[in-house]
Amino acid sequence: MERRDFLKKCIMVIAGASVPLSALTLVDPKKVLAANPSIQWAFLVDTTKCVGCGFCVKACKTENDIPLNANVTRTWVERYVYTKDDRRYVDSPKGALDGYTDARIDLGKGEFKEIDKDNVGKAFFVPKLCNHCASPACTQVCPVGATYKADNGVVLVDRKWCIGCGYCIMACPYAARFFHPVLKVADKCTFCYHRLSKGLDSACVNACPFGARKMGNIHDKNDPITQIIMNERVGVLKDEFGTKPQAFYIGLAQEVR
Amino acid sequence: MVGQIAQHAMEVHGEAWTIKELFTLPNEEIYWSIQIVMYPFMTGLVAGAFVLSSLYHVFGIEKLKEIARFSLVFSFALLPVAMMPLLLHLQQPFRGIHVMMTPHFTSAIAAFGFVFSTYGCIVATELWLVYRKYFVQTALELKAMKNRGTIDNLRCLLFAALTLGAWDISDEAVEKDHKACKIMAGIGIPVACFLHGYAGFIFGSVKANALWMTPLMPVIFICSAVVSGVALCILCYVVVQEIRKFMARRKIARWAKDVNAPTVDQLEGAKHEEVMIASNYLMYFMIAALTLEILDLIFRGYTQVKSWDILREVIMERDFTKIFVMQYGLGNILPFLIMVLPGRTVRRTTIATILVLFGVFMMRYNVVIGGQAFSLSFAGFMDYELPIIPHNIETYKEGLLGALTVAATPFVLFYFINKVMPAFLKEEEPTH
Ligand code: SF4
Ligand code: SF4
Repeated sequence: MERRDFLKKCIMVIAGASVPLSALTLVDPKKVLAANPSIQWAFLVDTTKCVGCGFCVKACKTENDIPLNANVTRTWVERYVYTKDDRRYVDSPKGALDGYTDARIDLGKGEFKEIDKDNVGKAFFVPKLCNHCASPACTQVCPVGATYKADNGVVLVDRKWCIGCGYCIMACPYAARFFHPVLKVADKCTFCYHRLSKGLDSACVNACPFGARKMGNIHDKNDPITQIIMNERVGVLKDEFGTKPQAFYIGLAQEVR
Repeated sequence: MVGQIAQHAMEVHGEAWTIKELFTLPNEEIYWSIQIVMYPFMTGLVAGAFVLSSLYHVFGIEKLKEIARFSLVFSFALLPVAMMPLLLHLQQPFRGIHVMMTPHFTSAIAAFGFVFSTYGCIVATELWLVYRKYFVQTALELKAMKNRGTIDNLRCLLFAALTLGAWDISDEAVEKDHKACKIMAGIGIPVACFLHGYAGFIFGSVKANALWMTPLMPVIFICSAVVSGVALCILCYVVVQEIRKFMARRKIARWAKDVNAPTVDQLEGAKHEEVMIASNYLMYFMIAALTLEILDLIFRGYTQVKSWDILREVIMERDFTKIFVMQYGLGNILPFLIMVLPGRTVRRTTIATILVLFGVFMMRYNVVIGGQAFSLSFAGFMDYELPIIPHNIETYKEGLLGALTVAATPFVLFYFINKVMPAFLKEEEPTH
């Protein structure tokens, strides 16, 4: 719970205690908060601005103590290349930790594919991260309730309670989760909760030199990010799973999965 | 926060056995490996063994009497082992108990502990009811014994404790036991099916996984569970009977020296009949299981939803040998033919049961590993390489040796349980 939330609840309880008993039922702090939750974080990715430099990935790993060389990452960037002869190539070597410095496509198993420059139809980058879904599949399946959605919309993992069963990893349709290689518990993007609560931007938003990543409070109608989400054409990833993702994308291609 | 974690190369969970090909998402690995294959396989055996024993207890199929008792004891030996693979695959095994402390009931695994314990209690109660008379008799015999040694003293104490103070073995009391036993077995069947159908639900409800997500999953799991349980019971029954025959011939064991001990021929005759009947049931369930599995496959092929392209490649090409040759061919059709051709013998049936067990194992394997064989991007593949020689605790637990440890445990347990509750108890008067 954030300190502000706590204080708020305290005040409400005190307020509740100071009125006659019959009025007590009216002041249920939880209900009041639920009806008027002040903050719901949402993410906005502008794929048209992303150049695949991978600064966000590096910043995230450093900020959140995910070993740089371990092949897991809280956020990653995918590269899509469509050739004129109607073939599609996608890759994301090391989650784009070092950026896309190689024009060849990584096919896995140490193989690479050279693509003729003149044959490239369109190509673009898509940054990805946990969508902090409104009805997350991951929290539903956790057998011990170690992963949960906080009041401000951020989906978190309790590292002290996670038993490491991996069910949430299996349940997330976006492969946003992994086992932390050192701590041996489920791990994922937290929207840099620790920074948000200090009023800072998340590490990746901060690191992106092109403004491809933004965050906003979707419950604040005047928030510029909320304005974009409300007024412009944005999409979400894999909405068929019904998880109601809260990461919105500008310029999403249909083939991006 | 964690403090500074060393920023050097390190292996993440699953990397040791996953081979990625084409476009797979960075965090994708085969997170659920061989232990999760063992988990439904073992629970299936438990449930199946229990269902076989209930055929006698509930439906009174007399001819299955001996194998039923054997199955009951065996399913008790299998019981703790159903939990083992789950614990072995946890990244934080010591926190496993959290599932019982803070169960989060929207999760399909959360209630497993409870269903499992309920089921354990039912099996234990039933066993106690079946063996109470034997406990009392043994305890009384031991008590009457003069100059008991330390071991006899201990056994006396153990059996006296096992009676739980119910020393009445008059005919009425024993009759009551039988009635209660029947009721317990009756309750046990749905619980056993639930236990296993539930394992199916754990997979079937993962909406992110195109291969797993089907409402048929629990039913398929139950049918194949019964198949594997019955097959294992027949197999073990035949093997144990062979050992007993050997002992009877050589008069090795204590019971074999008894004047009333069953002769080799008697053992052989009893075995033949029980095995034949049990294998009939085995075939019925095999038909049911196979029908459902094929239905699922046909349905996917026919409806061709978005995921079918990648599933088809996995099922029809990459895992073709594992699915059609090993699972369906060797594990279903061949044993079925072996059993259905005229002149079925115990030996032939035994060979068939081994194949059936293999087939069910492959089915679990193809579901669990096959479900992770393709990327969520639908554009890449992952292959599982079973770690054979472990180089750390992880590759032991989730490798061949870990699986073998799990597979061997029930037999060790059975050996000890059998000392206290002999699966082949000779009874003077017919019980029922
Ligand atoms: S993206 Fe995955 S991990 Fe993140 S909230 Fe949604 S289901 Fe959970
Ligand atoms: S890995 Fe941890 S957070 Fe994920 S479902 Fe299991 S216990 Fe919950």
